[in-house]
Amino acid sequence: MNDTPSLHLWLIPVLPFIGFLLNGLLGSRLPKTLVSTIALLFTAAPLALVTIIAFRFTSLSLPYVERLPMPWMATPAFHADFAFLLDPLTLVMLLVVTGVGFLIHIYSVGYMAHEEGYWRFFAYLNLFMFFMLTLVLAENFLIMFVGWEGVGLASYLLVGFYFLKESAADAGKKAFILNRIGDFGFLLAMFLMIAHFGSLSFSSVFGAISHHPEVQGGFLTAIALLLLLGATGKSAQIPLYIWLPDAMEGPTPVSALIHAATMVTAGVYMIARSHVLFDRSPFALGVVAIIGAATALFAATVGMVQTDIKRVLAYSTISQLGYMFLACGAAAYSAAIFHLVTHAFFKALLFLAAGSVIHALGGQQDMRAMGGLRTATPITFWTMSSAVFAISGVPPFSGFFSKDAILYQTFVSPTAGPILWVVGVVTVSLTAFYMFRLWYLTFFGAIRTKDAHPHEGPWSMLVPIMILGVLALAGGWIGIPKALGGGDQFAHFLDPVLHVASAPASSSGNQEIWFSVISVAMAAIGWFFADLLYRRKPGMADRLAERAAGVYSLLVNKYWIDQIYTGLIVAPLLFLSRYLLWGAVDRGVINGGGSLAAGSMRGLGALVQRVQSGNIRSYAGWLAVGAAALLLITYFGFSMHLS
Amino acid sequence: MLNDSILTLTTFVPAAGAVVVALLPRRGRIIQWFTLAVALLTFGLTLQLPAHYVYGHPGFQFEVDFPWISSPAIRYHLGVDGISVWLVVLTGFLAPLGVLASWKTINHRTKEFYFFFLLQQTAMIGVFVSLDMFLYYAFWELTLVPMAILISMFGRDRGTEAAIKFFIYTFLPSALLLVAIVWLYAKTGTFDFVRLQSILAQSSSSSSSAFPPQALFWASLAFLVAFAVKVPVFPLHAWLGDVFSEAPTAMAMVVAGKLGLYSILRFNLGLFPAQARQVAPWMIALAVIGILYGALVALVQKDMKRLAAFSTVSSLSFCILGIFTFAVSGLDGAIYQILNEGISVGALLLLVGFMYERYGTYEIGAYGGLAKRMPHLATLFVITGLSLIGLPLLNGFVGEFLILSGSFPGHVPWVAAATAGVILSAAYMLWMIQRVFYGTQSGMVTDLAVADMNFREHMAVWPIAVLMLLMGVASPLWMRAIDGAAVKLASPAPLVGMAVKQ
Repeated sequence: MNDTPSLHLWLIPVLPFIGFLLNGLLGSRLPKTLVSTIALLFTAAPLALVTIIAFRFTSLSLPYVERLPMPWMATPAFHADFAFLLDPLTLVMLLVVTGVGFLIHIYSVGYMAHEEGYWRFFAYLNLFMFFMLTLVLAENFLIMFVGWEGVGLASYLLVGFYFLKESAADAGKKAFILNRIGDFGFLLAMFLMIAHFGSLSFSSVFGAISHHPEVQGGFLTAIALLLLLGATGKSAQIPLYIWLPDAMEGPTPVSALIHAATMVTAGVYMIARSHVLFDRSPFALGVVAIIGAATALFAATVGMVQTDIKRVLAYSTISQLGYMFLACGAAAYSAAIFHLVTHAFFKALLFLAAGSVIHALGGQQDMRAMGGLRTATPITFWTMSSAVFAISGVPPFSGFFSKDAILYQTFVSPTAGPILWVVGVVTVSLTAFYMFRLWYLTFFGAIRTKDAHPHEGPWSMLVPIMILGVLALAGGWIGIPKALGGGDQFAHFLDPVLHVASAPASSSGNQEIWFSVISVAMAAIGWFFADLLYRRKPGMADRLAERAAGVYSLLVNKYWIDQIYTGLIVAPLLFLSRYLLWGAVDRGVINGGGSLAAGSMRGLGALVQRVQSGNIRSYAGWLAVGAAALLLITYFGFSMHLS
Repeated sequence: MLNDSILTLTTFVPAAGAVVVALLPRRGRIIQWFTLAVALLTFGLTLQLPAHYVYGHPGFQFEVDFPWISSPAIRYHLGVDGISVWLVVLTGFLAPLGVLASWKTINHRTKEFYFFFLLQQTAMIGVFVSLDMFLYYAFWELTLVPMAILISMFGRDRGTEAAIKFFIYTFLPSALLLVAIVWLYAKTGTFDFVRLQSILAQSSSSSSSAFPPQALFWASLAFLVAFAVKVPVFPLHAWLGDVFSEAPTAMAMVVAGKLGLYSILRFNLGLFPAQARQVAPWMIALAVIGILYGALVALVQKDMKRLAAFSTVSSLSFCILGIFTFAVSGLDGAIYQILNEGISVGALLLLVGFMYERYGTYEIGAYGGLAKRMPHLATLFVITGLSLIGLPLLNGFVGEFLILSGSFPGHVPWVAAATAGVILSAAYMLWMIQRVFYGTQSGMVTDLAVADMNFREHMAVWPIAVLMLLMGVASPLWMRAIDGAAVKLASPAPLVGMAVKQ
């Protein structure tokens, strides 16, 4: 198809799969060092491949498509290949997934060193890499769906890693089922695409749409909204986000890899990948933007009052993903991907550093029992600080640039607009507040746990967080906007894939600078209040919570959304199934109707019992006689009737 | 030479084995080993079919056809096509696994068990390969008898009751089927499937029909009811839960799905294409109700066997949906899904059976935290569960996806409702897995120290697990045979002709 020699893209996902098979089948009999060596090796290999491709990238003719010789499904009416696609967007995702993935694998070697089921953990981790890499490499929606459901499976297995713990098993199951609700949308979207385009390949679907500029809305809106349903499941957006906080039951490296840096961003990637489709439906884009903004604000408010360090980060992730959705809704896809990248750095770091804190305190996750770790764990402190500044949007940390790009483009976009921009900047304040709250509670003041001997983890844990610390600081410099003296390289790099004809034109530099000033000011306000409540006037936070007990309890209980879902959906469904369908219909009508013969059956039963008491031959004989009689009667009955 | 006799051999080797079993002494495990050898031999024979199959040729292959009885005109006519070829292989594949599953559990009256077990093999293969209606009916009836007897003999505690329920449910509608077959014979003078097909096709395309109006409709309905009970289609499923609960594992593995669904494809779509389209709206509705109803009821079952039964009703309903929407992809998917159901439900029943052997209960609530004690069984159980709920790259997804995407155009609300079944299936399966394998260990699991799966048990399940993955990633290997049949069923020639005339 092009003159580029084969890149063997298929190896990138398949290598971790081999690691999974090795550790999954043999791991229980191997020593821990060998298990981790295998897992690291089969994660390092795709990273190396991706790095090589990245270095050769400019010399490749793109987009590059690779198909395996045998199709996955082939009927006369429908055809789907195992096809992989390489373009700038794929490369960005590959670098994030393999890079951050590899760092987290290293971290896990130290973090999980004393866990039972070490081999299981690494096998699942490699399995996750396989599915995640499949997801980002896919050249059609069906292969993407393989990765899409597969990462859900890996997440299910890893969240439920401590499977004897009821809450962990519950959380894994909840995550999978809520994701399935999203997948229901994804599936229907695919059915619609097959019906309208006859294919699920990106090139055919997007090509067909591009060739018909007159087609707007209509079934494209339906497809876009169904895909959005899928994205809200995977990326934990309203209304399907409730699984993500519970998923914190998994080991912390899992939270970092799956529930912060990679899997949960799949929805954003998918929307960006299908932007050709979304661009044709301003309505769908508007919905994406509203869901994103609402989720960003909503989750941030809940994050302000959580006391479990990982739960704060979980709500923070939901909120930040909301920003990415907001960007997608504003048709600012490269800004969304930009934030996806920087978020992968700083949020993975936040989780890993939190894991380091938890490790230092021997498993303590409650921030009320922390404090004063600044001196005891300096490396964790400094790296975590880098991430806290990044997520709060303090220049020149990475999050500042990406969040800025989103907020500015939201303001000028016709599908998002000033109102959603206001929601976005208010959320900036809240974000700074809950992050600095976490920062103060964890690292400042006096330690609030008795008999604690906080200590840094092994080097395998420290090196990854240090690398990520640097990335959280400098990762955003790849996309400094022109208004701030940069070259906007990141957006230019993605332009061939994500360029939108109607993208908001780059405005005058002055205007953009004012937007930056506003969002930095908002972040400063959040920081100020966190400083006031948790450093300068400790105890004030509690008094405030008492004063506004109603609001506080609403937030602490996460707006009662879990309870509402249980009460309005789960409980009625179970009630309906148990008492109406099973009790009344099945036991009553269907089985009862079947016992037209209940009585006669018992009579027959008695008869057969007697027959059976003898030997089996007579029993078989009876059946044979019955069958023969039936046959003869009907045959002669009919022939007589007909003659 | 082989091609001429292969179907006869495949069909009757198990029966010949049964005769030998009847003569073998009841000593040691001679009978088991012998049955295993026969089952493996049969499987080897069935593998000859795909090996020598002419792909791309849509008609019957490996045909044998000669007169057997002159009056009434019954022919010995065997053959396979894309619908049946893999079903024969599936039957052969499951038989050795069934023997392995019964190795320890059946320890009294072994001779009777294995005799009927092998007889059942012959009957099932006979159903798939017979192209003479009389022959077909004989085999069809023969599948019911060993099943009923074995359920009654080896039932858990209500075996006889379940056997009678099974008997009433499946035997009485079969009588209707017989009436319809005989009526067709009286009208046409032939039992031969191929000839009947062309006669019926001609009569439907010519205005001067030899058949009274509506008569063909009622005849097709008699066929359909007999088959729908055997599938089972909602609301005719009441027997399945009892049979799953009572039947020995090796029998439960083969009782549902394939026989009924194959027969619907072969006869309702093959002989009565127009009538099948008449009842299609009803069947689609029943299928979608069955998918959702089965999944919802499975959600609240307390007994693993009953859960498996309702799960089966739900997933087999997907096949019905794919069949009665008459789209090529949907039919392809439906035929594929019959195979998937055969192997995945088979694995599920095997695993549940292993648990029963150890703990003596199917009650979900009695278990808990079992993954700690039996990690291998837990792993295989999870893989099987994922296959049943249609995880991509495992077999179930291919079938479900083709069915749903193929059926989608023209049936949007129905397919949308059916697709909701994927949410419910994940819910009941993962919930059961959680209650049985995860969480705190129950008292029973803590107190009773049992060993994880042994070699024999591994041998029974691993082939299925490998096949699940293989069928999940390499569907064209199977589909290239299925395709030809699906295309013919989707647009039978006479219907096309009819459309042209109008």
